Amino acid sequence: MPASMPRTMFDKMWDAHFVARRLDGREMIYVDRHVLHDLHAPHAFEKLESTGRAVRRPDLTCSMQDHTVATKPGRDETTNPDGAQFQRAMREGSRRNGIRLFDLDDPEQGISHVVAPELGLVLPGATHAVPDSHACTVGGLGALGLGCGTSELEHILVTQTIALKRPKNLRIALTGQLGPYVGAKDVALRILALHGTSFGRGNAIEYAGPVASDLSIEARMTLCNLTIEMGARSGFIAPDEKTYAYLAGLPYVPRGAEWEAALAQWSLVPGDPDAVFDTELSVDCTGLGPQITWGTDQAQTISVDEAVPSLGVAEARSKTERALAYMGLEPGQPVLGVKVDRVFIGSCTNARLSDLRAAAALIRGKSVAPGLVALVVPGSTSVKRAAESEGLDRIFKDAGFLWGESGCSMCAGGNGDRGLPMERIVSTTNRNFEGRQGKAVRTHLASPEVAAASAIAGFIADPRRI
Amino acid sequence: MQPFISVSGAAIPLLEDDVNTDQIAPIPTKRSLKPDLRDVFFHRARRLADDTLDPAHVLNQPRFAAASIFVTGRNFGCGSSREGAVWTMLAVGIVCIVARSIADLYRENCLQNGVLPVELPDDVMDDFEKRVLAADGGEPFTIDLRTQTISGPGGPDIRFEISEADRTRLLEGLDDIGMSLRHEQAISDWEARMRANSPWLQKAVRQNSGSTETVS
Ligand code: SF4
Repeated sequence: MPASMPRTMFDKMWDAHFVARRLDGREMIYVDRHVLHDLHAPHAFEKLESTGRAVRRPDLTCSMQDHTVATKPGRDETTNPDGAQFQRAMREGSRRNGIRLFDLDDPEQGISHVVAPELGLVLPGATHAVPDSHACTVGGLGALGLGCGTSELEHILVTQTIALKRPKNLRIALTGQLGPYVGAKDVALRILALHGTSFGRGNAIEYAGPVASDLSIEARMTLCNLTIEMGARSGFIAPDEKTYAYLAGLPYVPRGAEWEAALAQWSLVPGDPDAVFDTELSVDCTGLGPQITWGTDQAQTISVDEAVPSLGVAEARSKTERALAYMGLEPGQPVLGVKVDRVFIGSCTNARLSDLRAAAALIRGKSVAPGLVALVVPGSTSVKRAAESEGLDRIFKDAGFLWGESGCSMCAGGNGDRGLPMERIVSTTNRNFEGRQGKAVRTHLASPEVAAASAIAGFIADPRRI
Repeated sequence: MQPFISVSGAAIPLLEDDVNTDQIAPIPTKRSLKPDLRDVFFHRARRLADDTLDPAHVLNQPRFAAASIFVTGRNFGCGSSREGAVWTMLAVGIVCIVARSIADLYRENCLQNGVLPVELPDDVMDDFEKRVLAADGGEPFTIDLRTQTISGPGGPDIRFEISEADRTRLLEGLDDIGMSLRHEQAISDWEARMRANSPWLQKAVRQNSGSTETVS
């Protein structure tokens, strides 16, 4: 492509990281930062050992214990014995290969997608790979997140590159303005409701428009986090003054003269105004209410004050029927007022400080409904510390919430935190698939505000009416 | 990697859309670094509420026990990036997925493991599904990557499309890392350029735990 052609932000990030074109037509893209985690890295370490290949850049790699760690206060390896073997393999593999490990007791341990941005390990225009599909979260800082599988993880360890087919460009313009108690999670769920769970396949998604630029950096990460649920690997928002303000002074962010040089480069990351996208979508957020999923994929979403579908539409009938049956809901039933057994506030989607603040604001001085189990798991140990210094932990605990140590926890239940069969959970996570949070568990995805309101009410509730 | 040339065998129909990797390879309640992948394969879907195998589920039918072809709907393999979702397929002997469409990460993981991902347009798939249902695990289908054809009972050969690059990679069983290591010089050159232009991106994440300072 001639240099004079207008380019999208994605084109610029991709071209800047292009290393070589392989025999099989794939393009090798340099990985600036690579974060491993306990669930998938042990296999890759073992593979490396058996093939005798070395890690090319252990200095650009770090290891995070997040998927299998217990959230119980005072946790150690014995708190979740099933996870211990993963954590040990992670510890040994990281040590053998000279990789910086964020272990259970590290003051900066947490969910990798939460920790990397808060340390400034993620920078605008940079590439960031994690063997976890929600690597796209870091697009909130204007970076190119690349989720990968285990073989790809091993490939990155050996070559510090990922070999991919170049995706296409898709832009979603988010117009209008968000009302009170409505945020990035609702916007993402609305996009999914309108366009489904696979429209992004083969694309990189740029979120644009006034709603995207109005979002805080943390909220941008929530929106970008859900990109993978749309079928796309990467989603991002152009960096701006807010991005630079967020990054300034973070531990891994350049300082002094380098900061100035970096700023100059970052200002060139946003796409050219006349760049052409392969697909353009527009979603009007005017009047958008808090959203909640009623079914077993994220496109099965409604406003919290709406009713679940009736079975009129022949096309989707069997899928709708099955989802309603699994969820224990009647066709056409409103979701407000449906009894809830458990509430989970956590995960890389919605467990940053602003999420905890939003939930705490609704909970302050109130109590969790009798019989309901409510758990908050901060996205990182740093978020936990910051929340505690503001007294948020007290607000949650006084209301009857459990306050956990950081990790993925109930998002995928990889650490043993799960719901019981038939339990209904309002969860701030990203996947409502059958069985994701435990066998026969019924998951409703929603924002921290809806989760908090529901915890107090004991049934699905509208935070605007609490 | 094992090359993929062709396969002949029974075809299992799981004719649903949006089958996700949490369904294909659920995270087991009892975690293990070396799980029995055959058991993980659609673990929950194949079971009844009391945890016993559901004799009515298509994946539990003895006539499909030796199947090597998996036929399914749209957006197969969406959700988490776990490669285990492909490994469980391989563990039960499936080496080819024929779908209306396949999720990006899952498709990538197929190629990494020598599993052939075939995507067919709706009209072709409508017909192929009927043939698979009629064959019902009896007469085998043959999928040949050299000729890019599916042949078998109930109708004429079906041609499928796959990019030349993916085709070569599977046919020759090219080692993914090996292919990239041919470009080692280009990687070093890129790093040198970056050290000069954006040195902060090449700086180390410090090794000792607890510290978050950068070193050069
Ligand atoms: S919180 Fe959930 S989605 Fe995020 S990294 Fe952990 S398991 Fe994956």
